[in-house]
Amino acid sequence: MPHVIETHQLTKAYNHSLMAVDNLDITVESGEIFGLLGPNGAGKTTTISMLCTILKPTSGTATVNGYDLIKESHKVRQSIGIVFQDPSIDDRLTGRENLYMHANLYGVPASEQRDRIDRILKLVELDDRADDLLRTYSGGMRRRLELGRGLIHYPKVLFLDEPTVGLDPQTRDHIWRYIKELKEAHDITVVLTTHYMDEADRLSDRIAIMDHGKIVILDSPPNLKATLEGDVITVKANNIQYLQELVTKWLGLNKNHIVDNALEITVPSGKSVMPRIIELATQNNIYVESLILREPNLEDVFLHYTGRTIREDTTKERHGMAAAHRRAIK
Amino acid sequence: MTELRALYTLWLREIKRFIRDRARVITSFVQPLLWLVIFAGGFGARLTIPGINYQQYLFPGIIGQTLLFTAMFMGISVIWDKEFGFMKEILVAPVSRFTIFIGKMFGDSTAALLQGVIVFVFGFILGIPFDPITLLAALPIMLLITLGLVSVGLIIASFIGSLENFGAIQTFINLPLFFLSGALFPVSGAGVPEWLKVASAFDPLTYGVDALRTVILGSAWPSLQPLYVNLGVVCIFDVVMIGIGTWAFSRMK
Repeated sequence: MPHVIETHQLTKAYNHSLMAVDNLDITVESGEIFGLLGPNGAGKTTTISMLCTILKPTSGTATVNGYDLIKESHKVRQSIGIVFQDPSIDDRLTGRENLYMHANLYGVPASEQRDRIDRILKLVELDDRADDLLRTYSGGMRRRLELGRGLIHYPKVLFLDEPTVGLDPQTRDHIWRYIKELKEAHDITVVLTTHYMDEADRLSDRIAIMDHGKIVILDSPPNLKATLEGDVITVKANNIQYLQELVTKWLGLNKNHIVDNALEITVPSGKSVMPRIIELATQNNIYVESLILREPNLEDVFLHYTGRTIREDTTKERHGMAAAHRRAIK
Repeated sequence: MTELRALYTLWLREIKRFIRDRARVITSFVQPLLWLVIFAGGFGARLTIPGINYQQYLFPGIIGQTLLFTAMFMGISVIWDKEFGFMKEILVAPVSRFTIFIGKMFGDSTAALLQGVIVFVFGFILGIPFDPITLLAALPIMLLITLGLVSVGLIIASFIGSLENFGAIQTFINLPLFFLSGALFPVSGAGVPEWLKVASAFDPLTYGVDALRTVILGSAWPSLQPLYVNLGVVCIFDVVMIGIGTWAFSRMK
């Protein structure tokens, strides 16, 4: 089996025109963490849903663990684990009961269930709370239980759809650690969707940047950043639009965008360009408040390839927060 | 084997959820008591049924009503599961939709049946004259009544997105089925309008309640239909509803 996942022209269209996923061709290697990064509506969840056999593709094919998505969907389901974007645990059962239920649904032999469940509970550090009802768990604990649950039937691929949406920074950090640990301990392949740049950067071996149902670029995080060839200068000034015109026209720096009222310019060598930007601004009576030089991050990569920032779309964020809130008050 | 274990675990979950929902268990105790004590007390003073007192007449009807209301209400678990995401965990599991439907249906039916048995116990405590042994004969009939009705609740819930809509549909289905079934008054009695008699013949609960009366009241009750006809109708209703239910679950996403 050469690749864990292979898709061929995988497509999902709604109402015959709206292409949620547009002729997708990707391969996921065995043992890697593969990140699908993109804004809300880019087609990440739709892609994962098709690979998990929840959604039927409009056209195209794919294999997961060597099984055909459509003809062998039952086998695909047996060989994958899924952690959904929204919570999907029963909060009137205890943590342990949720895991037993999963084990039974996935046909884990009865003789092995107890042992596996004990080990998973230790791994996600919930063994001391295992017999409490889920409704007494915090959002982060629930997420950990879901991560552990996805592994009980020893899947070969684990799908994580926005694993840390709506969680606080400290919990997110924890979850990231668990994902790495679980991956090592179980020797599995992980496919992850996220709209958090830092999450994709921290976790993924390779990242596919997705926008409008298509893969814009696919590479390892260092390589992606290297494609930008250089540094990023962030300028804050009082007349930012005018400054943008000026640097484009007189300095020939056309890799620039205005983000959050600041001008971000990608240049081959930042140090030599910075004095000239200040000079240009001063000559044209623009007051420069600050000037920052930094290495490019995935945010810049995304901006470069799609022409917009991923943060422009925060609906998903609010959605996630709402879900977390609902979890908390229930 | 795998499917059987999945079925068992789905069944067990419904039971656990039911038992842990104390508020629901307590409310379900109160309603039949209100009917059997207050309603039967007042209404029975006016209505005479040859050979038996009204409370005796009402008792099998209230068992049927409890089964109906509980069974239909059980559908709410599907909406709940959809709302809070657990349905996804079940639907992506490598388990057939038939198993998922049957597991949930049997779990909810068991819970509804438990409530029916509780009404039986109340009847005994209230001193309604009947032979407690008839419980053994009534149980299988109660189960048959429950299976089809739970299926209806699950089918409706599988099509509906929100709890509010589910409540509305309950009103349009529960009460007509209850009133038409002859649980409260004899639908075959003199002076009952013809249209009502016809409508009642299309109510599956009519046959269930009649079967229960036949078994619980014995010779004191002149059955509308022979027992085998009543049970036959209920069985056909069950099979059809289970079929539709499996279909409804297979199209759920």
